[in-house]
Amino acid sequence: MDVLILSRIQFAAATYFHFLFVPLTLGLSIIIAIMETIYVRSGDTDYLRMTKFWGKIFVINFVVGVVTGITLEFQFGTNWSRYSQYVGDVFGPLLAIEATAAFFLESVFLAVWIFGWKRLSPKAHVAAIWLVAFASTLSALWILVANSWMQHPVGYVLRNGRAELANLLDIVTQSYSVLTFLHATSASYVVAGFFVMGVSAFHLLRNSHRLLFEKSFRIGLYFSLIFSIFVVAEGHMHGADLAEKQPAKLAALESLWETQAYAPLYLLAVPGMDNEGNVLEFGRVPGVMSLLAHHRPDAVVTGLNDIPKELRPPVAPVFYSFRFMVVLGGLFVLLTLYGWLRRNRLSESRTFLRILVYAVPLPYIVCLAGWTVTEVGRQPWIVYGLMKTADAVSPIAAGHVAVSLWAFIIVYSLVGVGAFAMMLRIIRKGPAEDARKEVSSHA
Amino acid sequence: MLETLWFFLWGLLWAVYFMLDGFDLGLGILLPVTSKRDKETRALYRAMGPFWDGNEVWLVAAGGVTFAAFPTAYAVMFSSLYAPLLCVLFALIIRAVAVEFRGQLEASAWRAFWDACLWASSFAAAFLFGLIFANLFRGIPLNEDGLFQGSLLALFNLYGVSGGAFFLIAFMFHGSLWLVIKSDGKLRSRAIVAAVSSWTAVTLAALLFLILSGFRTDLYVNYVNMPVLFLIPGAAIAALLAARIFISRRSWWKAWFSSAIFIVAATFFGIAGLYPYILRSTLDERFGITLYEAASSPLTLKTMLVVVCIFVPLVLVYQGWVYWLFRDRIEDGDTAAGEPY
Repeated sequence: MDVLILSRIQFAAATYFHFLFVPLTLGLSIIIAIMETIYVRSGDTDYLRMTKFWGKIFVINFVVGVVTGITLEFQFGTNWSRYSQYVGDVFGPLLAIEATAAFFLESVFLAVWIFGWKRLSPKAHVAAIWLVAFASTLSALWILVANSWMQHPVGYVLRNGRAELANLLDIVTQSYSVLTFLHATSASYVVAGFFVMGVSAFHLLRNSHRLLFEKSFRIGLYFSLIFSIFVVAEGHMHGADLAEKQPAKLAALESLWETQAYAPLYLLAVPGMDNEGNVLEFGRVPGVMSLLAHHRPDAVVTGLNDIPKELRPPVAPVFYSFRFMVVLGGLFVLLTLYGWLRRNRLSESRTFLRILVYAVPLPYIVCLAGWTVTEVGRQPWIVYGLMKTADAVSPIAAGHVAVSLWAFIIVYSLVGVGAFAMMLRIIRKGPAEDARKEVSSHA
Repeated sequence: MLETLWFFLWGLLWAVYFMLDGFDLGLGILLPVTSKRDKETRALYRAMGPFWDGNEVWLVAAGGVTFAAFPTAYAVMFSSLYAPLLCVLFALIIRAVAVEFRGQLEASAWRAFWDACLWASSFAAAFLFGLIFANLFRGIPLNEDGLFQGSLLALFNLYGVSGGAFFLIAFMFHGSLWLVIKSDGKLRSRAIVAAVSSWTAVTLAALLFLILSGFRTDLYVNYVNMPVLFLIPGAAIAALLAARIFISRRSWWKAWFSSAIFIVAATFFGIAGLYPYILRSTLDERFGITLYEAASSPLTLKTMLVVVCIFVPLVLVYQGWVYWLFRDRIEDGDTAAGEPY
């Protein structure tokens, strides 16, 4: 395999792996902050035990998220050096701002939170976790702004043979950035909400720490209810934004080949592997895609045949990932709505609880599918319309990348297996019986 | 002017990273020497517990600033040093995971495994950082298109390896002083022995490195042209001597600060010699990349300057506060069961 393919696999693997840990930390930091705030205000020690229990899981995820994030930052230099050279003037500052404005805050105050139980007043201690939650969100904002710039580059000029920064504010405030930020963070909150519900359901089914996990479950439920609905509504706006900014991706989402007014949606379609059309189309509903993309049924939607073949993304992975995302996203809304109806009779709803235990991985899968839509849908561009992925790769030996790819696979597998094994162990063990004793032992 | 300022800030961020993460990497390297029982090992982990993550963010910041301020240098440097850099990153991953996972299970085999990982990863990261920076000071084989012409083995030249050894020993010294500050009992006495003996080692290594720099690099050209720069290696030597004096007086915090200044000055010894190059080429002086060629546009440099001027002082304040908050020595009670480590 050549250096381009190897680098793409390596970067994709590193990103997906990173994103197995980050969404949970984004949402869980807020959920834990809410739990600890309730404890500080009410003095109910169940909430303290809860805080500590979810905190352990949070810390493991945070650490793995951090270290896998560092390799991503440096891979722009190691594997995508031509990209770094060409757009570093615009893209570099976004990463650097993330580190100085958000990442320090996050890491430093997480340490304060972990080690500060005895050294800080309860109010100062809860402030530390709110700072962590705030900084994590800020971190996500800058990273997603950077990614959005690759999706829809604005605020730059081509000068001195490279892209140079012209307007930072344009980059931060463009609709693509705002929509991506809202979409990715709220999807992450759904991951965390379902995680909390699933783990709570596991304990409720075993009847261990019932009161505590009923309270946990409710927090997870409200959290995921709000954000499941929000992410669906917001996702629709995101799709409409694509019509203007990335027509090729939009066409790939629905596997639409002919440019047309009253563009249809198919109940069932199967895109061909040769990237030249659908092999099966069934249940044509005219106008729906036009309506979704432009809010008018008669609007013209660009089809893939009007985009040169070499500028089309691989349609099948984008198309199927998008279906995963939409179907499961809808399922999350139904599950949380049902949960809200049953919120006072949880222990009687054993089937529902069992479903929620098995639902824990689903939002993760949706996040990975979402990234597939975003990143594969942008191909062959690394910066949409500005630079091709093939032109971005480092001039290095394929052998180096092959070896490092194996190293990534080995190290990440060990870390991943270790992290998930630890999490399972903590989950099985459940929260400590005596929260106050635990507090006093945490110096 | 703006470019030169950024060159200085770029060097400073790396120097601060080495100064801070240096001591927790040093602690990892010292683990087999100083900690004989599980309780002592836990105390050693606790000595870095609240700090290592915040320290490591300086690496992210230094990397980010290299990217933002000198994108060309970022691209050429990191793709040229592909293998050692990724090894450093893997080492840092393993270090972080070791710190986090060790305390999760009581089983002694489990703990021994992560202790070994912590030692090996700290050792590898410290050595490779030295190797990489010594090679940057010396220059790497870049052709006229800025493409790396060397091999991985070529980085293991005499100067590169001596740089690796120098960093390793300097971090060990730095870590041993931190351990003296944070520990008590037998662990502390062993840390004192380690501090005294590694002082001798680091002094020898520093002198060797200074001398080798004369034979193997062009770093001294700037010093000869501008003798006031000799204050930088002078400061490094003075800080080392001060560290020894503070060790005899049992002023451990002062000794640690001296060692911190030593690391910053040692880094700047190379940075000042490098100027105006950010990447030297060993093939031909003209193939090197100067900071002017590597720099971002004035607007980016100004924007980043505003960002850095607002946030870096803020970071220093709250990170300093954390050092203050957890300034106490780790006592026996702190390492009881149920602890984070």
